Amino acid sequence: MLRDEDRIFTNIYGFHGADLVAAKSRGDWDDTAELIKKGRDWVIDEVKNSGLRGRGGAGFPTGLKWSFMPKDNDGRPHYLVVNADESEPGTCKDRDIMRHEPHKLLEGCLLAGFAMGAHACYIYVRGEFVREREVLQRAVDEAYDDGLLGKDAAGSGWAYDIYVHHGAGAYICGEETALIESLEGKKGMPRLKPPFPANVGLYGCPTTVNNVESIAVAPTICRRGASWFAGLGREGNTGTKLFCISGHVNRPCNVEEEMGVPLKVLLERHAGGVRGGWDNLLAVIPGGSSVPLLPKEICDTVLMDFDSLKDAQSGLGTAGVIVMDKSTDIIKAIARISHFYKHESCGQCTPCREGTGWMWRVMERLAAGRAQPREIDMLLKVTKQIEGHTICALGDAAAWPVQGLIRHFRPVIEARLEQRQTAEAAE
Amino acid sequence: MSDRVNVTVDGIAVEVEPGTTILQACEEAGVEIPRFCYHERLSVAGNCRMCLVEVEKAPKPVASCAMPVAPDMVVNTQSDSVKSAREGVMEFLLINHPLDCPICDQGGECDLQDQALGYGVDSSRFKDNKRAVEEKEMGPLVKTVMTRCIHCTRCVRFATEVAGVPEIGAIGRGEDMEITTYLEASLESEMSGNVIDLCPVGALTSKPYAFTARPWELRKTETIDAMDAVGSNIRVDVRGREVMRILPRDNEAINEEWLSDKSRFVWDGLNTQRLDRPYLRVDDKLQATDWPNAFDAIVARIEAGSGQVAALAGDLVCTEGQFALKSLMEKLGSPHLDCRQDGAKLSGPRANYLFNTGIAGIEDADALLLIGTNPRLEAAVLNARIRKRWMAGDFPIAAIGQPTDLTYDAEFIGAGPQTLAELVEGRHGFADVLSKAERPMLILGQGALARSDGAGIFAQALALADKTNMILEGWNGFNVLHTAAGRVGGMDVGFLPGEGGRDRNGIIEGCKSGDISTVILYGADEIDRAELGGAFVIYVGSHGDRGAHGADVILPAAAYTEKQAIFVNTEGRAQMSERAAFPPGDAREDWKIFRALSDHLGATLEFDTVDALRAVMFELTPHLARLDELVSAGEPEKPVANVTELDAAAFAPALTDYYFTNPIARASATMAACAEAKRERAKAIGGTGTDG
Repeated sequence: MLRDEDRIFTNIYGFHGADLVAAKSRGDWDDTAELIKKGRDWVIDEVKNSGLRGRGGAGFPTGLKWSFMPKDNDGRPHYLVVNADESEPGTCKDRDIMRHEPHKLLEGCLLAGFAMGAHACYIYVRGEFVREREVLQRAVDEAYDDGLLGKDAAGSGWAYDIYVHHGAGAYICGEETALIESLEGKKGMPRLKPPFPANVGLYGCPTTVNNVESIAVAPTICRRGASWFAGLGREGNTGTKLFCISGHVNRPCNVEEEMGVPLKVLLERHAGGVRGGWDNLLAVIPGGSSVPLLPKEICDTVLMDFDSLKDAQSGLGTAGVIVMDKSTDIIKAIARISHFYKHESCGQCTPCREGTGWMWRVMERLAAGRAQPREIDMLLKVTKQIEGHTICALGDAAAWPVQGLIRHFRPVIEARLEQRQTAEAAE
Repeated sequence: MSDRVNVTVDGIAVEVEPGTTILQACEEAGVEIPRFCYHERLSVAGNCRMCLVEVEKAPKPVASCAMPVAPDMVVNTQSDSVKSAREGVMEFLLINHPLDCPICDQGGECDLQDQALGYGVDSSRFKDNKRAVEEKEMGPLVKTVMTRCIHCTRCVRFATEVAGVPEIGAIGRGEDMEITTYLEASLESEMSGNVIDLCPVGALTSKPYAFTARPWELRKTETIDAMDAVGSNIRVDVRGREVMRILPRDNEAINEEWLSDKSRFVWDGLNTQRLDRPYLRVDDKLQATDWPNAFDAIVARIEAGSGQVAALAGDLVCTEGQFALKSLMEKLGSPHLDCRQDGAKLSGPRANYLFNTGIAGIEDADALLLIGTNPRLEAAVLNARIRKRWMAGDFPIAAIGQPTDLTYDAEFIGAGPQTLAELVEGRHGFADVLSKAERPMLILGQGALARSDGAGIFAQALALADKTNMILEGWNGFNVLHTAAGRVGGMDVGFLPGEGGRDRNGIIEGCKSGDISTVILYGADEIDRAELGGAFVIYVGSHGDRGAHGADVILPAAAYTEKQAIFVNTEGRAQMSERAAFPPGDAREDWKIFRALSDHLGATLEFDTVDALRAVMFELTPHLARLDELVSAGEPEKPVANVTELDAAAFAPALTDYYFTNPIARASATMAACAEAKRERAKAIGGTGTDG
């Protein structure tokens, strides 16, 4: 269990103020200039050595990503873009960071921006997050007033501006290149890669897009040292992580825990356990709606980090843990997720545009039992036709939940179909 | 090139330029990659996912249209995973595509049909209802069946990138995404018909052609367009003797693969208002007659006439016809002939009236000045080339003339000759831009030349070209843009006033004064009959338009799709048109009419076949024999005429209504519908209706 002194987000529940004075009392903005004076490479190395992996879902090493930015400025400005378009169902960590720890994020923006040679940072806030944006904007204003941002940010000599941008509430705008398009004022549609944003990003300039949490932990990593962060969790899955626990638990919550905490421990210690006891557990979606679900047998032992969940054919994703007890109609639950992806597909590329709707329609029929057993295999094949064939990862995200369902709950689906057939025959 | 990249495609090693896409490398290796959204002339969208291939060491299939090659890349296009990816994409495209091929105009020339055959599976696993999409109104040219749309966005990219009218886009997302013109109106473009060719399915089809023919019923003739002076390469599809549609052909040097709307949709004008027999005015009424009677009437009139004979050639006439008529006029001893029916002050050696840079040459230019021209209306395809160059960046453009939207940013620095004079004297900032440019060019339009001070303006433009070093070794930036397809051919064969001859205005004056008693209007429809006074008017042409209405004798001739003839485009490039259909009724090819007339007049021309005619013509103007070639005309020469006092009036547009510039267009119901749609649109969006 994570010790209190190792916690990064000490005000994640908002028990204390989100303002600058309160933030400073928690250690934010404590001689940031000192960290900056150690240089770009030092910051990047520190983050690299900490083993921090991106907290937005894909788990790409953050320091490595920062190092992809051109070392020298070729005349084009560099940009840091913070992805605060947190829209993954079951995930609400970035929201609480913005609400209660906005200065951690802002300080992280300065450090990260400095490390990649950027003088400007855009924070793209999800459209529905109105209050969060207000808090964040207030924090930005405070920081400017206090000289922490601006021409000589925090007395470091580095000019730095942060702009808070309001999205319009499209899930796809959480995809980094779609976010960039949206930020440029265009329709939020993912770009083809290559070129990657580190070469051609916002307004055609080198850009790095990072998740809120990845950025917000950077100052603490730099202050306490890479080895401290790397000492938490497991090899390759280091540090602490905000978990968002929702669904059929007694006390849904956001909680910061060590990476690699066993799922069972996470649920029982922090969320008051599964409703009706552990044995009443049906399945858990461990990383936001886009990762395959895990049945109880796996939940008994699985550890919550990137690699062990990958080994369990799922993923840590955003660490949005969705718990479902035995009262859940699991087919219907996944059908609802399929509807979400059908609704949020941008429509640009064929497999996702056409496939998500097809999957959803079949899922609805499976949930109602109105299907032939052979359609289960057909559906699985359709998910495979989508997965890996699309421009962005939304296609994969739409395919995985269905794959997880068929992988683990095929007998339930078959029983549903048979039940319906018997009922119809009896009529 | 030493830094070429080695790539292996299906075991075939190819060497390509760095930056080439995998798809292009595959084509180099002779491996076909199916695609829907990819198009050579549009930006890469990568959205159809049909072109997925397997690349060694890549974790996922790669969209070959978007991925550049890397050294020693190994590409596999025949593996099981590629096959299943293609089948998958094909299946996805077809689940919501209506299988209504029997009632779809694209049937038989549909990319989706073809590729479904080649790469799809034979049955569908989709059991749910297909999507239905509301039709979108896209004006009189483009018919929409949006349920068939596969969202490749080629039309969107064309409108935005090539046509420069970002009026098509996608609204909605996911499976509810729809392609639409935001205003539910026709595109404000003279290039809109190209979206029909680009659409890989039957979502956007030709409205005038709807349900009239199947591609396999049509006889296809590759020929040359005559609606403007660009000389776009076209294919005319004919059933029986009726032209059913016109499509563009690829020609990198001229029209790439685009075609302007007038050239594409004018064909119904070829089937209406046709002059299919000779007519003779009897008791002030035109009455049908036969050839001998018509000729006899002409002979009687000319022999009885007190004055001289004059000839004017129109915009759509071919080079052979003009040469034959010119030869006839010589035999008759009359020097009064002119092919400049708009009175444009064109003369001198070829370089003085050609688009010397060449259309493709625009892409090499680095600064442009437009003088009294609106290329968007006068030569839409050429304008697209200017826009292409402008899109590439670093291409300052200034214009002298009435401000209008040219689809690219042009700075309108003035309206008339005064601004030109300022440039010549270096008093205007853009003169600097031109001087500093390495390959500057100017385009002189008919709007600047077809005025009484045209010769002076020409001299000024040439002086500017001289001052700003537009004419250098290997670069000639002095350009005249023509609007008439027959004009350069006419100038080349010397269809111009001879020694002591009258030009267009002189002929009109002569008619008024009675010095000229007979005028042959060879396809010249833009002359006001009233101006010709009491002269006897012989109209030789294909359409019953202004010229024919006022004529005393009408001799029916062939339209541009009905003869094998040379047309010389504004660049001076001679191209041979082919006969797609026979002229209707008693109508004959132009040169034959003049040959027969010469017989009746006792001034027999010495050629009996078109080959014999060409032999004579080529001897006098050898460059016409060099078909499809761009023959350099050398440097323009200073005109001998002194610069007269310039009129301060602004340059008037050469064309007032794009859709009604010639007799064929005026006979076309489609063109009338387009003009109407344009007016409606202007009214609806509150435009002035005068902006072009």
